[in-house]
Amino acid sequence: MSEDKINKMQEKINLIFSDCEVCEVVSQALAEDPEQILKMLLVSSLRGRGGAGFPTSLKWKFARQAPGDRKFVIVNADEGEPGTFKDREILEKVPYKVFAGMAICAHTIGAREGFIYLRGEYNYMRKTLEEQIQDFHNKIAGKLDFVIKIVSGAGAYVCGEETALIESMEGKRGEPRNKPPYPVTAGYLGCPTVVNNVETLVYVTMIMKMGPQHFASLGTQHSRGAKVFSISGDTPIPGIYELELGMSLAEFVELFGDGDTKAVQVGGAGGFCVPRKKFTETIIGFEGVPTGGSMMLFNSTRSMYNVLHNYLDFFCEESCGQCTPCRVGCQQLRKGIEEVKNHSLKPVHLDVLKKMTDTMRYASKCGLGQSVPNSFNSIIDNFREEIIF
Amino acid sequence: MSVLATVKTVIDTEGTARHNLLPVLTSLRSKLGSLSPEILKNVSQIMDIPMAHVYGTATFYSFLETKPMGKNVIRLCRTISCDMHGKRDVLNALEDVLAVKNGETTTDGLFTLTETNCLGHCHEGPVMLVNDEVFSSLKPENIPAIIDEIRKKR
Repeated sequence: MSEDKINKMQEKINLIFSDCEVCEVVSQALAEDPEQILKMLLVSSLRGRGGAGFPTSLKWKFARQAPGDRKFVIVNADEGEPGTFKDREILEKVPYKVFAGMAICAHTIGAREGFIYLRGEYNYMRKTLEEQIQDFHNKIAGKLDFVIKIVSGAGAYVCGEETALIESMEGKRGEPRNKPPYPVTAGYLGCPTVVNNVETLVYVTMIMKMGPQHFASLGTQHSRGAKVFSISGDTPIPGIYELELGMSLAEFVELFGDGDTKAVQVGGAGGFCVPRKKFTETIIGFEGVPTGGSMMLFNSTRSMYNVLHNYLDFFCEESCGQCTPCRVGCQQLRKGIEEVKNHSLKPVHLDVLKKMTDTMRYASKCGLGQSVPNSFNSIIDNFREEIIF
Repeated sequence: MSVLATVKTVIDTEGTARHNLLPVLTSLRSKLGSLSPEILKNVSQIMDIPMAHVYGTATFYSFLETKPMGKNVIRLCRTISCDMHGKRDVLNALEDVLAVKNGETTTDGLFTLTETNCLGHCHEGPVMLVNDEVFSSLKPENIPAIIDEIRKKR
């Protein structure tokens, strides 16, 4: 029943994984004035699909306006958020649409070099991708002076943060930079750089092909378009689904839940945990709970203490250690819930920890430390008894 | 080939510029098994980068090990979706078959067993990476056969 409904919803959208003659789209884009492309992206209201949701047209505009002869396009394929696997699927199924998005970006901002930063865990894809890139180079030869290279990561979640990614590409520790300056003015090797998520670039290709109005007609006022979701956990049908933004969690759970869903973690370890009683009022999108695509469902057999502890293990290991609020904060949160659980500290200690997450949110240097409070507070607030007893 | 000769060849291929350090280290890790102090010192001298920076970069990334590793590195995903679908049983099976604990290397030097964070196959967990190869939808009872297969291949 619900599978039929899901199939119908996906057929209606079908932007990311549809067949597309990329050469035609690239040629068509190259014939456009870059200003016109920026206008199309503005009309489409496309926002970055990595999770932060920065307007793509604005990012490209800044990079285009930044002075400099050498500019770069970087694809962020360092997909490390727990529960996310859409970028791998996109790179395996429709790599040419990603390359086309890069070429369109290069034409718009005036770049001649592009990189795909591929996480070390996806090394097995590298050889195939390199062959496909070579083929793409042949296809655009004579039309656009643009070369794509792959750079491999080596197992560091924080490198998904764009300035850490750039540091890593420069051969350094993947530690986020101070901002400003932003990569659009001073990125890789100090040159203007656009760093875009894999999915964002595929949507650029499709907006070029179908026109911006179609994309803008999907979704809601603040979350235009569709999004690729990675669905895992307690669901009979885990996998990749492209759905319209703006759906309520109640609708989502009805389609994907196993009938006993008690909570959904939206946006991975750095996202929000929404309990059953808030499903109806919670919208999936920038006006509700934003997500880079990770949707994990938990049923009533799961201990939310274990879930939170697993996330904190993850953050303790992946914090780059550069700034104190994140490095010390993650460890204190984990130690704190362990001590409340084994009753060596009183439950009221959870409120002390919550207060500390304020510091982490305000004083951490990058999105990693700033987003730890999201899952911590939403789990503590909604499942306090499971943490204590 | 001596360690020094390998380091030279790799740097010749990847380039001596600062931004080539990560590809150089990745390539040396896969060719020489792990990044020993000797290797890092050679890299530092040939690329003219302070040893502290070379060491700092190498130790930042979990796939660039500086301690000796087995010929095949098994990285089992420990993130929540895999954990929920029986990761612990798979870890126990791996520990039994290999006769090592998590984090250790077998006495014959063929396998190192370790856990890692999300591998990006959450819909088909539990999942593990053996070197660059992905094994998904793992079940404890299938582990002996998988390990045997790898033993035969390499």
